[in-house]
Amino acid sequence: MSEIKFNDETLALVQSIIKRYPEGKQKSALLPLLHLAQAEFDGWLSAPVMDYVASLLNIKPIEVYEVASFYSMYNLNPVGKCLLEVCRTSSCWLRGANEIVAHIENKLGIKDGETTSDGKFTLKTVECLGSCGTAPMLQIGADFHENLTFEKVDALINDWSNKTEHSKYLDNSTFRKN
Amino acid sequence: MAKVTIDGQTIEVADGTTILQAARMIGPEVAPPTMCYYSKLKTSGGYCRTCLVEVSKGSEKDPRPMPKLVASCRTTIMDGMEVKNMTSDKVIDARKGVVEFLLLNHPLDCPVCDQAGECQLQDLGYEHGSAKTRTDFKRRTFDKIDIGNKIQLHMTRCILCYRCVKTAEQITDGRVHGVLNRGDASEISTYIEQAIDNDFSGNVIDVCPVGALTDKTFRFKSRVWFTKPVDAHRDCDKCSGKTVVWYKGEDVLRVTGRKDQWGEVEEFICNTCRFDKKKTSDWTIEGPRAISHQSVISANHYTKMVKPRELTLNNIKTIALTEGENK
Amino acid sequence: MSKKILLEHIGVPGIETLAVYREKGGYSSVEKALKTMTPDAIVEEVKKSGLRGRGGAGFPTGMKWSFLAKPEGVARYLVCNADESEPGTFKDRYLMEKIPHALIEGMITSSFALGANTSYIYVRGEYFYIIKILEKAIADAYAAGWLGKNILGTGYDLDLYVQAGAGAYICGEETALLESLEGKRGNPRIKPPFPAIAGLYGCPTVVNNVETIAAVVPIVNNGGDWYAGIGIGRSTGTKLISASGHINKPGVYEIEMGITVEDFIYSDEYCGGIKNGKKLKAVVAGGSSVPILPAEMILTTANGEKRLMSYESLADGGFASGTMLGSGGFIVMDETTSIVQNLHTFARFYHHESCGQCSPCREGTGWMEKILHKILDGHGTLEDVDLLWEIQRKIEGNTICPLGDAAAWPVASAIRHFRHEFEDYVKNAAAIKNVKHYHNMHNLATA
Repeated sequence: MSEIKFNDETLALVQSIIKRYPEGKQKSALLPLLHLAQAEFDGWLSAPVMDYVASLLNIKPIEVYEVASFYSMYNLNPVGKCLLEVCRTSSCWLRGANEIVAHIENKLGIKDGETTSDGKFTLKTVECLGSCGTAPMLQIGADFHENLTFEKVDALINDWSNKTEHSKYLDNSTFRKN
Repeated sequence: MAKVTIDGQTIEVADGTTILQAARMIGPEVAPPTMCYYSKLKTSGGYCRTCLVEVSKGSEKDPRPMPKLVASCRTTIMDGMEVKNMTSDKVIDARKGVVEFLLLNHPLDCPVCDQAGECQLQDLGYEHGSAKTRTDFKRRTFDKIDIGNKIQLHMTRCILCYRCVKTAEQITDGRVHGVLNRGDASEISTYIEQAIDNDFSGNVIDVCPVGALTDKTFRFKSRVWFTKPVDAHRDCDKCSGKTVVWYKGEDVLRVTGRKDQWGEVEEFICNTCRFDKKKTSDWTIEGPRAISHQSVISANHYTKMVKPRELTLNNIKTIALTEGENK
Repeated sequence: MSKKILLEHIGVPGIETLAVYREKGGYSSVEKALKTMTPDAIVEEVKKSGLRGRGGAGFPTGMKWSFLAKPEGVARYLVCNADESEPGTFKDRYLMEKIPHALIEGMITSSFALGANTSYIYVRGEYFYIIKILEKAIADAYAAGWLGKNILGTGYDLDLYVQAGAGAYICGEETALLESLEGKRGNPRIKPPFPAIAGLYGCPTVVNNVETIAAVVPIVNNGGDWYAGIGIGRSTGTKLISASGHINKPGVYEIEMGITVEDFIYSDEYCGGIKNGKKLKAVVAGGSSVPILPAEMILTTANGEKRLMSYESLADGGFASGTMLGSGGFIVMDETTSIVQNLHTFARFYHHESCGQCSPCREGTGWMEKILHKILDGHGTLEDVDLLWEIQRKIEGNTICPLGDAAAWPVASAIRHFRHEFEDYVKNAAAIKNVKHYHNMHNLATA
C-alpha cells in the first residue's frame, strides 16, 4: 500500500483551512479535511486515512472516528466510482422517487446500498437534500440532477459508465485560499 | 444560598447546586433515579432522561412553572424553586416512557448477565417500568469486543450513558474508545484493535450502569448475591487502595471500588488492585461492607427468614399478576 | 401582488456577481452601517423591524441579538446557519445560489452590529456546489475591500469563512451546529448555557438563519419601521416559501406575510393550483416537522376565517386545528396521496437523523418508523395506531433538543386528522399485502 499523504497542493490548502480558526482550535478543520481526504483517497475513509487526518490536526484518532462515523457523507467503506444518492423523503416521494430507485435497481442489478460487481456504481438512498421543488432528484458528487425522468437517469448512467474518475463532492479548487 | 422545595421538603443549598444534588441531600425518597449522571465525572448527565422532574415554580422572583420537564442533573436551582418528582403524574408518566425506551433494545438476558443483582437498569425497570413489553421487533445486537484481556464490552446491553467515555477521558491519559455512528446505531467502540492499557481503565466497569462492561476475571464465576462484600485496603502506589473485595467462601472473586448509596464509586481504583490482587493476603480486611437490606446482594444474608410461598401451577399466575400490578 | 425585497433583483442577469450586485445598490447597508451607525443603533433597527428568525422557530431576531453577552476582551461570533435540511425547505439554497452577495452583505452588517470580527457560514455538506459559489463570492468581496482589515477605512475588521457540514440534519439545531463547527459530532448541547453566553469556543455567539441575515440588509437600508410596515401583525416583512409536492409551479416564492393560503396555493403568481386538476388533500405548511393539516383546515381556521400565510394565522387553533409557519417548507398533497406512506417517509427521516444522545429520541424514532412500516406492510393492528400515539407523546418535550418534538408532531397530527386512513390500512390488512393493488383499489398514487 502506498504511503498515505495529501499532495502538495492539498497540504497547502490544509494549512490555509486550519488558519480559519483561532489558535488551538484546529480541530474545527476536521470536517473539511475529511472531505478533502475522501476526495483524494478513492472516495472513502479507511482507518489509516483517518489516522493520517488525526496526525495533521494533532488530535486523537478516536476523535476522528467518532466524527467520521456520525456524518452521512463520509463513506467508511469503499464505494463505486459513481455514487448515486437518491433522495426519497416526502416531496421527492410524492413525485416518484420510489420509481426512480426501482428503475436504477433494475438497470444496474443492485439494491439500495450495493455496488455493481464492476465497481462502477453504488446506489444509496438518502434523506432530504433540499431539492424538493425540483423533485425527484439525485446527487452525484457535488452535482444535483433534478426533475428526474427515467431517460435522464439512463443518460447519467451511460455517461458515468465511461468515466474513470471518482465522483467527488469537492476538489482543491472548492475552497478559497485565504 | 438558595431555598428549594422538592416533593414538599425544603432545603437550603449553595448557589449553583443542581436539583438532583439538592434532592440527594434531602434523601433517597425524593432523589430522582439516574442512569447517566455520575457526580465524579464532569459534564456527565442529561442524556438518559430518567431524572426528569417538573418545576412547578421557577423561583421566588419568577414563579412561572417551567413549560417542559427538565433534567434534574443539569438544571441549577433558583431561590424559591419548587420541584415535583414522585408527586408529579407527568414525571411518573414520562419516566415510565423513558424506561420503556431504554429497555426497547436492551436484551432480557439478566439470567446470564454478570451485572444482574447490582444493575441500575434492573432497579429502574422494577421501580418505574411496566410489567409488559409493547414491542415485538428484533432488538439490535452487536458482537462482543474484548477491551484488553480484563474487560469485555457487550455493546448489545449498552444504554449509551457515555459514562465510560467520560471516565476514559477524565481519569485515564489517553482515550481510545468512544461513541461511533449515530442515532440508534450508535455504539461504544473503537477502530483500534490493540488493548486499552491504562492503569485506571478498569473503572469503566464500575461506572457502567448495566452489564455492557464487565470484569473478565469475574466472568460467570458467581451471581453477585452469592458473594460476600468486605471493605478492604492495601498500600498502593497508584490509587488509594481502598476497595471492596467480594468473597465466595474463601476465594476472592473480584475487587471493585466502594460504591455509595447512589451507586457511584467513592474513589476510582487502579487496575492492579482490581485485577491482580485476588488473594486474602493481598488485603487488610476492614469488615463487612454495609449493604442495604433491600439489596439483592443481601439476599442470602437474611437476618429474618421469610417463608417462601408455595408455588403450584394454580398460584404462579396469580402471584405473577399481583406482582405485576404492584409495580 | 407579490412583494419582493430579498428577491427584488432575482431576474437581473449576472446578479450573482459582485459587479452587478453592487450596481443594483448592493453593499450599501455596509456603507451605511459602518460609516453612519453605531452597532447598538443597528440592533435597535432590527428590534423595531419585528424580524423573526426565518429558520423555523420564529424567535425575534433583535431580542436574540440583545441577549449577546459582551464581556471585555472576549471574542464574539456570528454564525450563519445554512444547514438547510428540513424536508420541504430549499429557500436558503436558492438565495445563496442566485444572490450570494445578499448573504455576505448581511453577514458583514450583522457582524458589525454584534461586534464580531470572525464569522462563519455553516453550509450543509450536500450543498457543495453552493459552497463553491460562496467561496468565490467571499474571495471577490475580500478583493473589493468589503472583508478583511479596516473595511471602508472605518477600522472595522472582519474575516468571513464558509464551513462545510457533512450530512446531518441535526446540525441545523444551533448548538449541534456549533459542536460541528468545532470539529465534533453534531450532538446538541444541554442548555443553559445558551450560545449568547457560551457558544462557539465557549464565546458569546449568535446563530442566525440565511434568510434572517439577508433580511438585515433591507432593514438597515430602509429602517426598522419601514420593514415593520410590511406584513401583518407580529408577522412583519416578507418570507421565502419553498413550495413543493403536487402543485403546478413548485419553487421558491417571496410573499408578503398575510396573503391567504388559498391564494398562495391556487393563484398563478405562486403555486398555480394542484397538478393535473386534482383536488387538494393536505398540506405540510412549514417543513416536515410541523403538523400536517387536511385541506379544509389549512384553508380556513376553526373560526371560519380564511387562513393567512403568517406566524399567527397558521398557528391559529393550536395543534387541534392549526399548524406552524416553521421554515416555510410548503408541501402540498393531492387527493391520491397516502398520508400513512408520507408519514413513513418523515418517520424514516427522523430516525435517520436522530443523533442518538438522549434515549426517547434515539429509541423512539426508530420504533415509530418500524411500526409504520409494519402497518404499511399489512401487519398492523389497531393497537399499533394507539401505540404510535403513545410513543410520540412520550418523546415530545422530553428530549435534549427540538428534534424529538419535530419527530413527534408529524405522527401526532397525521393520527389526529387522518386516523381513518391508519385504520383503513389495519382493517384491510389482507388486501394490502399487495400494496400496489391496495393503492389502485383506493385510487391512491403508488409512488
